[in-house]
Amino acid sequence: MTATVPGPTVRSEPAGERATSATATVDRRRRRRVVLLYAGLGIALVVAALVAGGSGQLSIPINEILGSIAHRIGLDVGSMPSHPRGEYTLWNVRFSRIAMAVIVGGSLAVAGAAMQGVFGNPLAEPSVVGVSSGAAVAAAIAIVFSLRFAGDWSIPVCAFVGGLVTTLLVYALSRSDGRTEVVTLVLTGIAVNAVAGALLALLMFVGDTQARESIVFWQLGSLNGSRWSYVVVVAPLAVVGVAIALACARSLDLLALGERSARHLGVNVERLRIVLIVVVALLTAAAVSFCGIVAFVGLIVPHLVRMVTGPGHRVLLVASFLAGALVLICADTVARTFVAYTDLPLGMLTSLVGGPFFFWLLRRTRRTSGGWA
Amino acid sequence: MSHPTTSSAALTATGITLSFGRRPILDAVDLQVRRREVLALVGPNGAGKSTLLSVLAGDLTPDQGEVMLEGRSLGDWKLREMSRRRAVLTQEHRISFPFPAVDVVRMGRAPWRGCPEEDEDERVVAESMSTADIEHLAGQPFGLLSGGEKGRTSFARILAQRTGVLLLDEPTAALDIGHQETVLAHARGQAAAGAAVVVVLHDLSLAAAWSDRVALLHHGRVTAEGTPREVFTAPLLSLVYDHPIDVLTHPGTGDLLVLPDRRSLMSREETA
Repeated sequence: MTATVPGPTVRSEPAGERATSATATVDRRRRRRVVLLYAGLGIALVVAALVAGGSGQLSIPINEILGSIAHRIGLDVGSMPSHPRGEYTLWNVRFSRIAMAVIVGGSLAVAGAAMQGVFGNPLAEPSVVGVSSGAAVAAAIAIVFSLRFAGDWSIPVCAFVGGLVTTLLVYALSRSDGRTEVVTLVLTGIAVNAVAGALLALLMFVGDTQARESIVFWQLGSLNGSRWSYVVVVAPLAVVGVAIALACARSLDLLALGERSARHLGVNVERLRIVLIVVVALLTAAAVSFCGIVAFVGLIVPHLVRMVTGPGHRVLLVASFLAGALVLICADTVARTFVAYTDLPLGMLTSLVGGPFFFWLLRRTRRTSGGWA
Repeated sequence: MSHPTTSSAALTATGITLSFGRRPILDAVDLQVRRREVLALVGPNGAGKSTLLSVLAGDLTPDQGEVMLEGRSLGDWKLREMSRRRAVLTQEHRISFPFPAVDVVRMGRAPWRGCPEEDEDERVVAESMSTADIEHLAGQPFGLLSGGEKGRTSFARILAQRTGVLLLDEPTAALDIGHQETVLAHARGQAAAGAAVVVVLHDLSLAAAWSDRVALLHHGRVTAEGTPREVFTAPLLSLVYDHPIDVLTHPGTGDLLVLPDRRSLMSREETA
């Protein structure tokens, strides 16, 4: 039974109307920004994909790319790539790489946004809970001991399992009395990261020169060699992860009020947390296992999106996916074209740009949003 | 130890005992919160007021004893169902992301998602904001509001939840005297409309003015319970608060005024 609330005795009717119009203005302004952002990101994504498809050692003009795509979907318009290897390069090397960039960038950004929501701290990041370092250790084990139980996929499988196990371990260690204190979780993550770093160092010490090189390369992160067969494995994981994260968007908003208040509003905080932590581990490990560690995407992208759309998670998660995809396509294009005939490590590039950018972001956000909670 | 559950009791606590580590906080507390009344929890610092409120809200599970909401043990309620029956205003008003005030108030409607009541959302939110006098803050990020504005925004969120049981932990903290009165008057209005309201208060004159019943906590026990006039007597308050306290009746309005007797303290200062 709900108590019906009497009209306020002190305030009169016009006040209510004023509130409605004030909120309407806030909503209208925000809706316009969101529509603009979606449209902008969508267009930018298409343009970036076309540019990325055309650039490289073998340059393909945009009209030929469009012609090739039209031809594939059954429209006989436009010109096909003129270079004899153009069609093959486009579909078997570049497009698979772009698809991978979309999935990896989008997944990392969504994982970051979800994680920040779970921790209620805009500074949380997938690597904080140890997914990336756990994945790195497992992948390094596969490399050093030449594990071939799943053929070419042995390293990715190991990385994925390692990331998931590490995350669950961190979660189990930081739980007490059926609850998880955020500070404990973050500190446990730091400890796990330290141990993982030591194990990685040990593995590099133990391994032979070739293994050492593979580990270093993997740690640097790259989209080089992204085949369609990998894309097919990663895509469903990304779709499932993003879908679950979106389903939790409303609860994530409530969680911003703190665990107690979220619980008072009917959110099963413990369940939400574990579901999202598994989702984050899934997204991050799946993204990282084929391409190595690509840092900062999960941190920077949600921050930027939040500045435009505000912190509401439904918009934030979708926009973060698009923006993450865009960032990674651009970063990867730069990585493989900046120096001719060289594939620069993508992870190095994102960290190089992301680090200082994050620092600037930190100062700016602290000034404008009233500090961190 | 068992209170008979009367039909008007919305929330019943029986034999609540709780300790943090080896420190006992609550000791066999019995409490009934009835519909159509405001119950004030008062007592000195560390008496267990907020802890008791947390137990009533289901945040803390007592070592012994049980809390029943509408005749059902708190553990048997689904969180979502419970959030449609009782709202809790916590002492702390924090938020991790810069949500604008209007979004914070809208969060109070979350329990009604998917229910027919959802259609009322915008009207309820506008009404609640108007009641808490925060319409002009609608677009402001919650984190940038002053302490009192945060308190009022959170109060609007609780109101938007439209529940029959309200648990308010120091709703008047950081509020100016005008807003203190408005908030408590509205809590009183809710009770008049059938709600059961529990409010933790430090200001005894406020408690006397706005509550129907008072429970005075001391060392984790309910030392006295009854109407403000029954509980707020100079000897009892002086003993519990360990400070000389005067209780007067306002000559004009007849309100109960609870004031510290400063003479002894001042003379002590002077002799020192």
